[in-house]
Amino acid sequence: MSAGARTMRRLEPAAIAGVMSREAANFRTYWKGTTFSSVLEPIVYLLAFGLGLGATLVDEVDGVPYIQFVGTGMVATAVIFSSALPAMFGTFVKHRFQNTYEAILAAPVDVEELVTAEMLWIGLRAGFYGCFPLLVTFAFGLDPAWGMLLVPFFAFVTALGFAGFGVAMAATVAKIDQFNYVTALCITPLFLIAGTFFPIDGLPQGVQVVAQVNPLHQLVELVRGGAFGYEAVDLARFAFLLAFALLTWRVAVSRMSKRLID
Amino acid sequence: MAAIELSGVVKRFGPITAVDRLDLEVPEGICLGLLGPNGAGKSTTMRLLTGQALPDAGELRVLGHELPADSKAARAKMGVVPQLDNLDVDVTVEDNLAVYARLYRVKDVGAAVDAALDLARLRDRRRDAVDELSGGMRRRLLLARGLVHEPRLVLLDEPTVGLDPQIRTELWTLIGELKARGTTILMSTHYIEEAERLADEVAVMTKGTIISRGHPAELIAEHAGRQTAEIYAPPQRLTELRTEAEAAGLRVRPAGPAIAIVGSERARDGAIPDDAVIRAATLEDVFVLLTGEEAE
Repeated sequence: MSAGARTMRRLEPAAIAGVMSREAANFRTYWKGTTFSSVLEPIVYLLAFGLGLGATLVDEVDGVPYIQFVGTGMVATAVIFSSALPAMFGTFVKHRFQNTYEAILAAPVDVEELVTAEMLWIGLRAGFYGCFPLLVTFAFGLDPAWGMLLVPFFAFVTALGFAGFGVAMAATVAKIDQFNYVTALCITPLFLIAGTFFPIDGLPQGVQVVAQVNPLHQLVELVRGGAFGYEAVDLARFAFLLAFALLTWRVAVSRMSKRLID
Repeated sequence: MAAIELSGVVKRFGPITAVDRLDLEVPEGICLGLLGPNGAGKSTTMRLLTGQALPDAGELRVLGHELPADSKAARAKMGVVPQLDNLDVDVTVEDNLAVYARLYRVKDVGAAVDAALDLARLRDRRRDAVDELSGGMRRRLLLARGLVHEPRLVLLDEPTVGLDPQIRTELWTLIGELKARGTTILMSTHYIEEAERLADEVAVMTKGTIISRGHPAELIAEHAGRQTAEIYAPPQRLTELRTEAEAAGLRVRPAGPAIAIVGSERARDGAIPDDAVIRAATLEDVFVLLTGEEAE
């Protein structure tokens, strides 16, 4: 009944699908709470910043009504919060407290397949949740555009990168409270200098350079491209996101291998 | 062909040598009990066999596959029942089994899940979350999860550690059924009774290596003789008796508040006090003599 004597390859789709099926089985038990927070949080931000600042301080940015500017940018916020954080905490808990990976790796599944499956699952989930702020912004006058059809795909690729980042961090920290450093030093700054709430060209030169290598900023620009028109540079932005996902994937596999295999 | 062949295997963790030039062969179709105290290297040996630890030296072969290079193919044919309960507690019983059936590439997942539910006697609880099961049911499910793909070889890592006697007996029944099917079993344990009841052969492991191996009765005959005299007395008297017995060439081990003179049938007349409790020698006597550890 099992795989028998055949030689087993690297990155077998069956192994990846098996790990993802475990995630799906668990997700069925908690999807309501996760969906509620993943959808509500960006909407709260959208309303607070978009309506709050939009009504008092800023009318529009580059000709775009401020709430639409924030609404398109909030896709990136939804993506990082539904990818990096679940990857960090979920991976750590499954490894350290639930011993889940010990059981999975006793089956014909390698660390590379395990990490790939975890990243894909989180990427799919975050790609889906990432679209909600855009849908909400329709209610505030944003016109649907064909280019927006690519947004779930951009969100998915970016989420893959941040999922890899989260898995790598989970395999690096010694204690769960050390995620506070990761959040304070990485997640929050990336979230703030993504160009979600204000254009980055008003920031000091040094911060602008950092923002340009911030994957979230590239996603923000791609989403705005989808809403208001793409530019040639968007191809480079997408290539950057692919490279980010590829890099974090390899780092995550390497870090998890060191953590899981003695 | 042996199901498991280990030759000169060494595994170090920094300055600690957890497995030290270990040679181990497990023929197909037997249940081998790997008996040893905590820290003997049993769990590290299990991790080496599942590819979750890489050897520093030596050769490992499982079901014809070289490890670690071909570990994945070996893992496809073996089942592992871990020491710790790592079931997905919010997920239903049948989903727990189905996930692992998929991980093991089972073609008919539904049939495999049904068979595993029957084995674990959990068919009527299939749609319950694991959280709702009793401790015994969870342990049966954990065992069934490791067998969902009908493996040729099963690794049981301390299968009943920390369980109450009733659940332990339930598990032993299931493991007995597995043995009857002809599945090869390597079972690590530090419970003497478990090894005695289930294992066709016992390998006593300490400090990372196997120091003796054989059928329980052979081990007892070889190391402990026919009978053991347990003597209960005040501590000072026990010390005197121990000294006398050792001077007479007998082997003595602690036995809680008493001492046990092993192989007491060889004692000269009068060397064993009249109030000593004479009993048949056991595997526990062998274990304590060989490892220097109190048995559980």
